[in-house]
Amino acid sequence: MLIKRSENWQESENSVTSETVYLNRRRLLAGVAVAGAAALAPSVFAQRDRVLKPLTATPTSFKLDESPTPEDAITQYNNYYEFGTGKGDPADNAWRLKPAPWSVKVDGLVDKPGTYALEDLVDFNALEDRIYRLRCVEAWSMIVPWVGIPLASVLKKIEPQSGAKYVAFETLADRDQMPGLRWPVLDWPYTEGLRMDEAMNDLAFLAVGLYGKELPNQNGAPLRLVVPWKYGFKSIKSIVRISLTDTQPATSWNISAPREYGFYSNVNPDVDHPRWSQSRERRIGEFGRRKTAKFNGYGDLVAGMYAGMDLSKNY
Amino acid sequence: MTSILPSISSKKLRRFGKPLVFALMLIPAAWLVWNWWLAFAYQPNGLGFNPQEESNRFTGDWTLRFLLLSLSITPLSKLIQSPKPLLFRRMIGLFAFFYVTLHITSYVWLDMLFDWAELWADVLKRIYITIGFTAFLMLIPLAITSTSGWVKRLGAKRWQRLHKLVYVIGLLGVIHFIMMRKGFQIEPLVYALILASLLAFRAHKYWLRQRRLAS
Repeated sequence: MLIKRSENWQESENSVTSETVYLNRRRLLAGVAVAGAAALAPSVFAQRDRVLKPLTATPTSFKLDESPTPEDAITQYNNYYEFGTGKGDPADNAWRLKPAPWSVKVDGLVDKPGTYALEDLVDFNALEDRIYRLRCVEAWSMIVPWVGIPLASVLKKIEPQSGAKYVAFETLADRDQMPGLRWPVLDWPYTEGLRMDEAMNDLAFLAVGLYGKELPNQNGAPLRLVVPWKYGFKSIKSIVRISLTDTQPATSWNISAPREYGFYSNVNPDVDHPRWSQSRERRIGEFGRRKTAKFNGYGDLVAGMYAGMDLSKNY
Repeated sequence: MTSILPSISSKKLRRFGKPLVFALMLIPAAWLVWNWWLAFAYQPNGLGFNPQEESNRFTGDWTLRFLLLSLSITPLSKLIQSPKPLLFRRMIGLFAFFYVTLHITSYVWLDMLFDWAELWADVLKRIYITIGFTAFLMLIPLAITSTSGWVKRLGAKRWQRLHKLVYVIGLLGVIHFIMMRKGFQIEPLVYALILASLLAFRAHKYWLRQRRLAS
């Protein structure tokens, strides 16, 4: 018989401070200290220490053998220019974003246009876990465990008309919540787009969560696109509008530098960014660089959509 | 500073001021080496999740800062009507060279891991790297001829003409910085604005001299 003696430094699992209490310890202390000023204080603290609720999701076949990038790297090394151009700026500034309540305007060539509450657009009972590679156009990459639903399921809900050929997306642009908007780094609001077949592809995903919890603000809360065979900037964050169109929508980086960022922006080691090579990438957490795979390794699922296209012209 | 500096004797500035400024300008390099040391020992460090990117940017930033600082010494000396700031000019210029050497070391060694084929392709194909590399090459003769011996060997006039290259180097450095950023960003433009005002000071001086010569 195994007799387990517990040392006095060993703590049982149920004595662990809950994450909610841990994250809110400052608020709890502050609550005691400034009970009088409580009318104003809680709302401020509530935003700064947003507690990410766990999400229930079912695993799917979209898994990788590689282990995910650590959560602190995914949530503290971000490109989200609405909160500043430094990699740490989004984690520092995104607490200003109010992810709930959230609504998405749906318009254009759809049979069910309107303003949808997030919960009406996304079925939170049908969430899936998906582990995807993320390849940034700046030649670094991560492995990210997302939680969300296929984009196709949302498109089905809003009923695209037969003339719809493209899906356009728009990010929130609110100066009060996004300090980065004060300078025109890009032509705000941030916009992105997909061809209809790309949007209906099995890989195209709308994420509402990360690492089993709600999306942190700096990762694009509460709703973002994830298209892992394209460079990261195509995966637009904090979506407030989805429009279906018959013409190719304008996209922010393409407007900013058409020679450098095309509409498709598929990951392609053979087509360099004019200012740097795309043949290799640094996986965050690794020292050297590894070879970049065409379509970020998802060629089996997506290459067919680009058959016959000159990818060096349609970059 | 503008009021204190002229009251300190040149001797004191040489003996205490220069070692102090020297030590101050070493701080960023010391921070960088210390944090790489920690990174290699798998310790928490200040270089973040992409240490190569951070170290390339950090050394580039400090190169530009010291370059602009060296270019502001002459205007400062005119402004406070004292030649004393000139005591520090060579040292600051050499520090700019020191930091650009760290910049290139960071890129060639820590980032590209001595992949010479890829590096050469970068220098030839990426215009912003071509521009940055050109600026580095131009800085080499200035660093070599920074000694008093070389001033004598070249003659003050020729030496001065050679060292006017620093204006071109400053320009290339700032262009390199602007081109490296994505989108329309404010930070490189601040550097550009400072450089523009420092160059405008020279242009104004030149124009005044031309007018004097003409009359």
